[in-house]
Amino acid sequence: MKKIHLVLLIFIAASIGVLISYTNTASTYDTIETAMQKPGKFVHLMAKLDKSVPLEYDAIKNPNYLRFTAIDSLGATVPVVYHSAKPENLEMSERIVLKGKYQNGTFVCEEIQTKCPSKYKEAEAKGLKHPGNVPDPRTQP
Amino acid sequence: MKYIGEHLLPGQLGHFFILLFLVGAALASVSYFLSQRAASDTDKIQWKNLGRISFFTQSLSVVAIFGLLFYIIQNHLFEYHYAWKHSSRSLEFKYLLACFWEGQEGSFLLWGLCQSILGLLLIRSAGKWEAPVMSVVSFAQFALATMVTGIYILGWKMGSNPFMLLRDSGVLDNAPALHLNFDVSQPLRPDYLSSIKDGNDLNPLLQNYWMVIHPPVLFMGFASTLIPFAYAIAALWTKQYQDWTKLTLPWALFSTAVLGVGIMMGGMWAYESLSFGGYWAWDPVENASLVPWMTGVAGLHTLLIFKATGHSLRATFLFFILTYLFILYSTFLTRSGILGETSVHAFTDLGMNWQLLSFLLIFTLPALFWFIKSYNQIPTIKKEEETSSREFWMFIGSLVIFLSALVIIGQTSLPVFNKLFNTKLAPPADVEFSYNSVQIYVAIILAFLTAISHYLKYRSTHAAYFWKKMLVPLAISILLSIGFILLGEVAYDRKGPVFQGSIWVAILLSFYTIIANFSYIFIGIKGKLQEAGGSIAHVGFGLVLVGILISSSNKEIISNNINGIPAPLGEGENPRENLTLVKNLPIDMGSYTLTYEGDSAHPKKQLWYYKIRFKKKDGKEEFVLEPNAFVNYKGNQGLMANPSARHYWDHDVFTYITSIPDPANQRDTTQFKSYVQKTGDTIFYANGYMIVDSTKIRKELPKDLFGENGKLYEVPINIFSKTGSKYLVTSRSAFVKGQWIALPDTLSSEGLIVLLEQADETGKVQLGIKQSDAILKYVTLKAYKYPFIKLLWYGVWITAFGLLLSMYNRIKKNRVKSQPA
Repeated sequence: MKKIHLVLLIFIAASIGVLISYTNTASTYDTIETAMQKPGKFVHLMAKLDKSVPLEYDAIKNPNYLRFTAIDSLGATVPVVYHSAKPENLEMSERIVLKGKYQNGTFVCEEIQTKCPSKYKEAEAKGLKHPGNVPDPRTQP
Repeated sequence: MKYIGEHLLPGQLGHFFILLFLVGAALASVSYFLSQRAASDTDKIQWKNLGRISFFTQSLSVVAIFGLLFYIIQNHLFEYHYAWKHSSRSLEFKYLLACFWEGQEGSFLLWGLCQSILGLLLIRSAGKWEAPVMSVVSFAQFALATMVTGIYILGWKMGSNPFMLLRDSGVLDNAPALHLNFDVSQPLRPDYLSSIKDGNDLNPLLQNYWMVIHPPVLFMGFASTLIPFAYAIAALWTKQYQDWTKLTLPWALFSTAVLGVGIMMGGMWAYESLSFGGYWAWDPVENASLVPWMTGVAGLHTLLIFKATGHSLRATFLFFILTYLFILYSTFLTRSGILGETSVHAFTDLGMNWQLLSFLLIFTLPALFWFIKSYNQIPTIKKEEETSSREFWMFIGSLVIFLSALVIIGQTSLPVFNKLFNTKLAPPADVEFSYNSVQIYVAIILAFLTAISHYLKYRSTHAAYFWKKMLVPLAISILLSIGFILLGEVAYDRKGPVFQGSIWVAILLSFYTIIANFSYIFIGIKGKLQEAGGSIAHVGFGLVLVGILISSSNKEIISNNINGIPAPLGEGENPRENLTLVKNLPIDMGSYTLTYEGDSAHPKKQLWYYKIRFKKKDGKEEFVLEPNAFVNYKGNQGLMANPSARHYWDHDVFTYITSIPDPANQRDTTQFKSYVQKTGDTIFYANGYMIVDSTKIRKELPKDLFGENGKLYEVPINIFSKTGSKYLVTSRSAFVKGQWIALPDTLSSEGLIVLLEQADETGKVQLGIKQSDAILKYVTLKAYKYPFIKLLWYGVWITAFGLLLSMYNRIKKNRVKSQPA
């Protein structure tokens, strides 16, 4: 066997090893119920803001403390704490991805990814009025 | 029905040219194909001429489509969906191009335009390779053309047409006001267009000058990877396995330079206009364009090995074929919507997934099949490379960068894996570290090989020669990097000692790369600048590595908050990174005192500039940064922040707004509440209490200002807030020229206004107190310090310069060779 083939084999084995260990460290997409079943494990929680519960954020008192309740499509709810600034479009987002861990009754979030409906095609596909500029002539002077 | 005010001519012309683009590209591909297959020379020439004419036609069509679409956007013809969706009247002229390629259709056209330009250059330069190479290039053009046709074939919608009218797009279907009798089942009103006053505008995050220049360069990079691919396929097709490499080398150099610069311009845009806090986040969209660059670099190096020694030809074929296939794969990833939650900036899904997948497969399957079939016919050298030879170590380097690219694309393809195997895997908790922890070793190996390989000779090297030339650069770099690590305090211990040690080794070897390659210009090639392209590019690469290593490992969050609720940090939690600044109230931040001094609005847009004064505590320096933000901008609710940075030779101070008060809470509706008090009395308010300190009365006042019997009451009040802060405010009331004038004092950090309503000489006072959010103007921000980020940017430009210099040199050599002796 050529030396170069030996090197090739070693590197390919290393690459496969890296990829397998990557899938082992990978996290999962979860609902609130499944996230609660694995406390302390880092998960991606798919949910949205529960608007029936007031949201707690006061940038003057502490810009790094946000508390709100998340609700998922199955109707389960969980209190969420996020130690950073409130994402500005949180209230408008039709879907949020919460990255963090469920611990002692709250979901401690390290990162929030918001999905705003207006920028996406689903809204148009559903025939919803685009929030852009289709004004109603009846209301115009 | 006729609609009032529509300009239909540009769209009709556009449709015509799109069909001409499609047909022209198809005809060019077929003609060139037949030219290659033709038996007689006259047939060959005739078919080739037809191919050329068709390719010229399709190139002209792309230019015409480009011009028409730009005309539509520039003249705000909102009857066209593309203009309505991506532009607006208030958009500055310089961003009109950016909205051209905001959408998928425009970016496909840009790609097609770049490939057309390169195709025209190939017609000039490819010589006898023209027919097979241009057949492949034209076919790629045809595939792009299908993406913008927007016609239905057997019920399948093919492509998305940029000239689609707004009224055909479905957007207006559910707006009753625009239909006759306010009934959506009725046709549109003839004057519907008069209600469409403005477009949706370019996404504010893309309103940045890098977005004007980054996409053309990037797509030129994408387009350039097609040329080595086309040559490789042509070589497999014609079974002339060796001759193509000479012509491909300048293209491979060009491709590496342009694609690399295009990618890093994207990084500069992210650094300057996104609030990710960095230039690289291992986002799938970024990875997807980095991977073909890496395989292209691998191909470039094996190509050089082949030209010098005859080794590595098979690898060269494989790397160049895969480079273009990875471009197509990245197109599929970023445009199909498959990345879903894992990426923050993929394109919007246009429902063309089957088509994108076919685009990928129609190139991948035949190309790989052909390569495997011809594998044994591709010439190879039986004799093994010497371990002291340059080609041996260059090949190992190419292999490492290639496998590293495969690992990155494997990690990025997690959503594809989910789709194929119906799993629910998500990226790990620390996405960046999952890449960095692997790629740091790739950087170490590559930096080392880049440093030594120019000092090795092809075929074999004398140990004495090698060590004699190597040792001095190595010694210098050891000293330099130790100095850097100690003085620059490169102490990234968050991920443990092994990772930190690896960073140190990588820094040392990157310095070694810089110094060894720089010295080689004088030691190895005796200062001949024209030959120095490779060395210069490697110096640049070393600078890029040093810049990345130091700026990322020593990135510092300087807005660490100390004035919030003193909540203990949990294990593994990030420190609190946001800091709130109340207007005109200086706040400590690291070695700076920050003051939010006010804001100003853009004249036309809901874009606000926040003036933040940074003052060094040692008094040596003072400057103002103006991060800006779009607030509730046209369908993009909330805040879209753009950072602002101050650049120094050795670091950047970088800040952006993360939160502002909700404008809905800014209406001041609260009333003053009156309290009758004596000195020493306590008044409670929502966040604490206040004590009247004393009542002072002054009667000796200048008569020209106060008139006869002028009086001034002064009531100093101590305010103790719940957070433990203590403040002093002084409310005043003056009797001026027969009238009482109130001079209230405000304490903005507590949202208090204290008004002296009445006072008399007995020390009894009546205070009016109001607490509201409205007087409280504040911003919350994050700030970073990036050390040595300039090295990265300079490194990129130097690398590109070196590559282009090499390209120039190789083109010149090819010309000399092809001239008859």
